[in-house]
Amino acid sequence: MNLLNIKDLNKNFKQENENKLEVLKGINLKIKEKEFISFIGPSGCGKSTLLNILAGLIPASSGQVMLKNKLIQNPGNDRVMVFQEAALFPWLTVIENVLFGLKIKKIDKKKAYQKALDQLEAVQLKNFKDSYPHQLSGGMKQRVAIARALVIDPEILLMDEPFGALDEQTRLMLHRQLIKLWQDTEKTIVFVTHNIREAVKLSDRIIVFGSNPGRIVEEFKIDIPQPRDRENPTLIRLENKILKLLEKEIKKQGEKKYEKIAT
Amino acid sequence: MKKLLPKTIFILLILAIWQFLFQLNIWPDFLFPSPQMVMITLIEGFKDGTFTFAITASFKRLLIGYSISLLFGLMLGVLIASFQLIEDTIGPFILALQSVPSVVWLPLALLWFSMGEKAIIFVVVLGGTWNMVINASTGIKNVQPVLIKAAKTMGVNKIQLFWKVILPAAVPHLITGMRLSWAFSWRALMAGELIGSGDGLGQILMWGRDMGNMSLVITVILLIGSIGYLTDNYLFKKAETVVLNRWGLNN
Repeated sequence: MNLLNIKDLNKNFKQENENKLEVLKGINLKIKEKEFISFIGPSGCGKSTLLNILAGLIPASSGQVMLKNKLIQNPGNDRVMVFQEAALFPWLTVIENVLFGLKIKKIDKKKAYQKALDQLEAVQLKNFKDSYPHQLSGGMKQRVAIARALVIDPEILLMDEPFGALDEQTRLMLHRQLIKLWQDTEKTIVFVTHNIREAVKLSDRIIVFGSNPGRIVEEFKIDIPQPRDRENPTLIRLENKILKLLEKEIKKQGEKKYEKIAT
Repeated sequence: MKKLLPKTIFILLILAIWQFLFQLNIWPDFLFPSPQMVMITLIEGFKDGTFTFAITASFKRLLIGYSISLLFGLMLGVLIASFQLIEDTIGPFILALQSVPSVVWLPLALLWFSMGEKAIIFVVVLGGTWNMVINASTGIKNVQPVLIKAAKTMGVNKIQLFWKVILPAAVPHLITGMRLSWAFSWRALMAGELIGSGDGLGQILMWGRDMGNMSLVITVILLIGSIGYLTDNYLFKKAETVVLNRWGLNN
């Protein structure tokens, strides 16, 4: 069943010289329930903008996004977002951070505390529940951020380059944890990244974006069950294919810029 | 403990120079007292309760004025940070007011409120408010956008966003504002007490001048300096350090 339906979506930004910048043009996309879908593309292709529109943090210029039968216009805790910076509240302890969304939801105190504790256990940070964010490493902060989002039990988890600032080893460990959480909770995940290998390893489906104007270029389905082996030849082939596609996009954009300068 | 030695030597050196100047007999004793005379005034003053009484009286005014300026400053700061129109109109006005030493309002205040407490508290409020306004508005405007976005996707409404995210996120700036506000209120209070009536520290100082008792004047100056130093160093700096650490701003 389709959970999210993006229809004829456009997003323009006004520039100083009165020209409008087409950040997203003619986006049509259906996202299924329990799907792990990744957006990948060169910088400036609008993939993060689309994620922000899905979150309801910024409005689309035209077109619409439907979550089940509801039109998305504002942010809501049915679509929680995890950012590249963990964005934890520094004045709250780890468990208070995880409790934040539950308090907003007005869930009974005792129940909420137990839920938060269970969720921290799921990301293996129960022992750090009374620490403050500044005492944690980057990877630990990101795990708290994921716990804080999942504990709210959203329909969709939106992730904006969540592992982009982490070192390779931490990133690999978090990939394993995220896949396990995804399988246990059966959430729909929309994942923005510029790391092709990461997208190939995690996703059921990869949407490749091109820029100028930002649009969907191609999509790839991956039917290999999780957890996936990095050495799997199908994955490596797919990785190369996407890489070539992106190189072509980036080159095209470079030529366009060159034309602009030449004329 | 290592730092204690140079500090002690420094203080002894100052006392030695002071004593030396005293013994040169340039001024008569009552105009230029010796360290020993000041020490005696200090002990006597605390023994008969004069200083304790005066400090209590001063602090009462200070706390009233300071509380009002924090509240007023925070409210104005929030308004300035929230509405562009208010920032454009009141903003420059506040910067101008901040550069006016608040004691210059005293002649007016004395006429408006007569010689009483209210005039001095008025000056204290004017001394403390503007720094709080500026720091509160800066703090609120500089809250990391990603914190606000994160809170929004977790379903907060506007009121919750302000109380649970924006205000706590601004605390490091608010503490700085509180510290500066305190320092300026304290200065304003002393200036106000010199001119106004009552029984605070500033008035004891003026009383010393009227009686030709410079020993008392110097003692009160020392007290004013010590109280300012102790509150800043042991109350506000400590609070600031704790907050900066927790907010992860102290690397």
